Amino acid sequence: MILALLGAHLAAAVVAPSLMRALGGRAFAVLALVPAASAAWLATQAGGRGAAHEESVAWVRDLGLSLTFRLDTLSIVLAFVVTVVGALILLYCSRYVDLGSTGGSPGLLGGALVGFAGAMLGLVTTDDLLALYVFWEITTVLSYLLVGYLTTSAASTRAARQALVVTAGGGLAMLVGVVILGETAGTYRISELVADPVTSTGPLVAWGVGLLLLGAVTKSALVPFHFWLPGAMAAPTPVSAYLHAAAMVKAGVYLVARFASGYADLTVWQVMVLGLGAGTMLLGGIRATRQLDLKLLLAYGTVSQLGMLVLLLGYGTEGAALAGLTLLLAHALFKSALFLTVGAIDHATGTRDIRHLRGVGRRAPWLMVAGTLAAASMAGLPVLLGFVGKEAALTALLTPAAGWASLQGAAALSFVLGSVLTMAYSLRFVWGAFTDGARPPAGGPVSVAPRAHVWHAPGAVLVGVPLALAVAGLVLGPASVRLERGLEGYSATVQQMSAPGPEVHLGLWHGVNAPLLVSVAVWALGGLWFWVQARRPAEVPIPLSPVDAARAYHGLMRGLDRLALETTGFLQRGSLPVLLGTIFTVLVLLPGTQLLLGQNRWPRVDGLRLADSAAQVAVAALVVASAVLAARARRRLRAAFLVAVTGYGTAILFLLHGAPDLALTQILVETVSLVVLVLVLRRLSGRFPDDPSALTRRLRALLGVAVGVVVGATTLVVSASRVHPPAAADLAERSVDYGAGRNIVNVILVDVRAWDTMGELSVVLACATGVASLVFLREEAMDRVRAGLRTARGDRAGMRAGTSETTGAILPSRRITGILALDPERRSVILEVVTRLVFHTILLWSVYLLLSGHNQPGGGFAAGIVAGLALCLRYLGGRGYELRAALPVMPAVLLGSGLFIAAGSAVIPMLFGSPALRTWDAYLTIPLVGEVHLVTSLLFDIGVYLVVIGLMLDVLRSLGSGIDAQIARERESAPAEAEVGP
Amino acid sequence: MSVNLTLTLVASVLVGTGAYLFLSRSLVRALMGFLLMGNGVNLLFIIGSGPAGSPPIVGAGDGGPMADPVPQALVLTAIVITLAMTAFVLALAHRGWQVGRDDLVADDTESARIHARAEADDLGSEPGAREQAEEIAAETERSERGHHGRRDDAATDEEGGTA
Repeated sequence: MILALLGAHLAAAVVAPSLMRALGGRAFAVLALVPAASAAWLATQAGGRGAAHEESVAWVRDLGLSLTFRLDTLSIVLAFVVTVVGALILLYCSRYVDLGSTGGSPGLLGGALVGFAGAMLGLVTTDDLLALYVFWEITTVLSYLLVGYLTTSAASTRAARQALVVTAGGGLAMLVGVVILGETAGTYRISELVADPVTSTGPLVAWGVGLLLLGAVTKSALVPFHFWLPGAMAAPTPVSAYLHAAAMVKAGVYLVARFASGYADLTVWQVMVLGLGAGTMLLGGIRATRQLDLKLLLAYGTVSQLGMLVLLLGYGTEGAALAGLTLLLAHALFKSALFLTVGAIDHATGTRDIRHLRGVGRRAPWLMVAGTLAAASMAGLPVLLGFVGKEAALTALLTPAAGWASLQGAAALSFVLGSVLTMAYSLRFVWGAFTDGARPPAGGPVSVAPRAHVWHAPGAVLVGVPLALAVAGLVLGPASVRLERGLEGYSATVQQMSAPGPEVHLGLWHGVNAPLLVSVAVWALGGLWFWVQARRPAEVPIPLSPVDAARAYHGLMRGLDRLALETTGFLQRGSLPVLLGTIFTVLVLLPGTQLLLGQNRWPRVDGLRLADSAAQVAVAALVVASAVLAARARRRLRAAFLVAVTGYGTAILFLLHGAPDLALTQILVETVSLVVLVLVLRRLSGRFPDDPSALTRRLRALLGVAVGVVVGATTLVVSASRVHPPAAADLAERSVDYGAGRNIVNVILVDVRAWDTMGELSVVLACATGVASLVFLREEAMDRVRAGLRTARGDRAGMRAGTSETTGAILPSRRITGILALDPERRSVILEVVTRLVFHTILLWSVYLLLSGHNQPGGGFAAGIVAGLALCLRYLGGRGYELRAALPVMPAVLLGSGLFIAAGSAVIPMLFGSPALRTWDAYLTIPLVGEVHLVTSLLFDIGVYLVVIGLMLDVLRSLGSGIDAQIARERESAPAEAEVGP
Repeated sequence: MSVNLTLTLVASVLVGTGAYLFLSRSLVRALMGFLLMGNGVNLLFIIGSGPAGSPPIVGAGDGGPMADPVPQALVLTAIVITLAMTAFVLALAHRGWQVGRDDLVADDTESARIHARAEADDLGSEPGAREQAEEIAAETERSERGHHGRRDDAATDEEGGTA
């Protein structure tokens, strides 16, 4: 059922933008139905006294991930808060958000809010630690979208980024903690982790818990990460009310509450939870008493209260847990009510500055009732739920087990002081929002220029929603005895301290006892603080502390920018030789040092072989000589031919080693490369244009020799260190049984490692497209190519018709269609004739290679290049006209369909329930031909074949006929220029 | 495993001369270096695959040990990628020739600019930490105004000018 509810939230989030377009602002009310329905279902569950509701769906079996949900008391309370407040806030939005305003999309706002409610619901109900982390990060990302709602405001997006960096950073730390805890305990089920905590394994678990808490601390904006929360007030007020009062910041509190029953007696826990909680409570409180902006006042108040909640829920006694849960409930009610009150005030007057607000209480009395009730609950005044919680908390804290001179004693003291501050800023809120007392005197030292205000009366919804939330706090106060029975299902599980804390009960009247007296003193001191210090219409100057978390954060970010700039500036000098030289130097230095100093297993003398055969030595000498000569060559063509010689030599070395497939492909590729090189080199100067100084040449040569030596030595060491047998030991058998082919290399390519081949096809496709774009550059050029293709197709059709008339007498001019357009001086009759003779034969050979490649040397790669060579021949015989006549399609068609076929052959087995790319084979008997062995991986190889032909066609069309056309155009325009010139 | 010295020597020479050519400013020369290096690295795979043997085709050999097919499959892929890369770099060189009448790789001005900024410790026009914090604080005050409209018929505050 929870899964269905989560799905409903997701669906609502997806349809929210279109719903918003159709219904306008009312769409928010429709969206509110989803969390409302969830709340209703939760209410039916809360009644049941039986075992906790559980449900589980396997998710990623191999990772042990499952979507497990468990509803115990803590989950129900938090889920209730999240859904009820979420529904009310969406309702509030329907009257608050102006759809016509610029700067943000309401559809996104609605969708993100509903999605956020769903993510929070999942977070507080899931029983799987990894799923909890996933939900946790979903809330982080959605909060980024919500805080940065005003996309036109630079400060808003910056605040969103700041919140994202802090909370996501904490989230990553938490993930590490999650993994540590899960792995040491052997389970990721939260209920099992908490019920049976592994605390004996020493520092590892402490680290895990500490990292987990770091996530909670950043999310709940505890010191020193509190600064993102006031910054995030750039969000629309309902968002602040939800994220920063009821939901997101409660995620950290929830985490503390959830794990308190398992880990609260760890030292790291005590220090982080009590220390940071108490510090946050005081710091936030002091800041809150100084704010002029009502929303910032609430923001700092929230920081303070979050510190308090973490302190109580992580304290580790039953009483503190009960008080903490009560205050958590109270806080969600009063803080969202207060935020929504501020939203209504802002909506009505256009300002939240207490110096500008006038007559709000008089004009909106019900709003004043709501705001005052909520503030009273925040201050802990009697009969409200806040009072009940505060009393319970005082009872739990005032008798610290380890005496006052301990962490618990300090926490109790901070709690009392924090309550005094809470009283003071609650008063400041009511005084600033609803009375005119905060107006600075005219002509005074801090006089503020009056603004002409427009009163825009808040409607029933804008007042009603905060009022409902505030009244809920009023009703729950007297009803707290009944509430206790609901909450003790959680608090009973938390008993970690060796000495049990005092017994705590909820209720309005426990007699005149110490907590009551302390409360009275808190009210008096808080009132005094307000009267003396906080009752000022001006911003109370904050003494600039030397350590300011916000500035430290910005300094850190700036330092990161700085580091990036320095590193980039140092390494990226902009010169390609220098960059490559750096890389080669590292290649020499790192493995080189290891070779010299490390403990290496050098091959013994009997482990060395001079050569396998005499032929190998001969070829090797040839390759070495040509490589050295190529390095010294000053003419381009000479270098190209020498490099080609090394390529052919390498091919023969492959063949001698027993790799006929490699040799075949290498020879074909070398031939094609040579053709392509010559096609481009005809445009370039005959000599290499660079003329480095003798020193540069020597340095380069030195580096080259060093690289060669290091690579050679590394090869010796690596080969001598090999202890394992080849991975392909039983591949021969498997390739026949499973891959249905005898050529193991081909079976590897089209079956075992077919995914890699697919990736390679994509690279080839990208390269081919890049070549075409670099040559044709503009769409007009492509249009010319397409027009040429259409002409070629027309010619072919005409030729067919012509052939039938002329009874098969095919003239060379017909056969090589473009020949007439060529300059007779540039024709080669011999080439034309030879092309006529061999073109179809070569194509046939390529098809043969393709079909037989599964059992003999060949395959899609080699076959594709052979077909490409045939095309090369046609191109050389008759230039672009011939190429178009030979294969009148765009290369992109071949590339695209090739990749499509390869991918399709991967997918088809999946339709039959097999793994992707599974190979089947069948024997077919075809009359005349005989028995044919059909293998499904042939389909994949056909894809490879087409892609390679596409590459070849693209290269010939771009670097061949594309450049031809450019030369022709230049030749036409050159005489014209000469005439114009002087 | 015994190591074939001849092949190791060939591979080292190919990689070394390739590195030498790679460091050139001429794009075509660097491409030559890339091709030499590519051949050398492919040979390294073959050396690492162990001793020579009969072709890895079931039933084709003379019964002797078969050469390891897995590195061969890797190298086969590399060869075809090299062809595609060759074509791409040549197209780049051609484009360079079109623009500058030679295929020399000029220094990247953008990198030089970043380098100059790093030398001058200039982080650009991004506001400082203090300004950013203040800007965010100021924005929170302004933020609401954009979210909701004002009705035109709403009455003007009569107390507006008395303060």
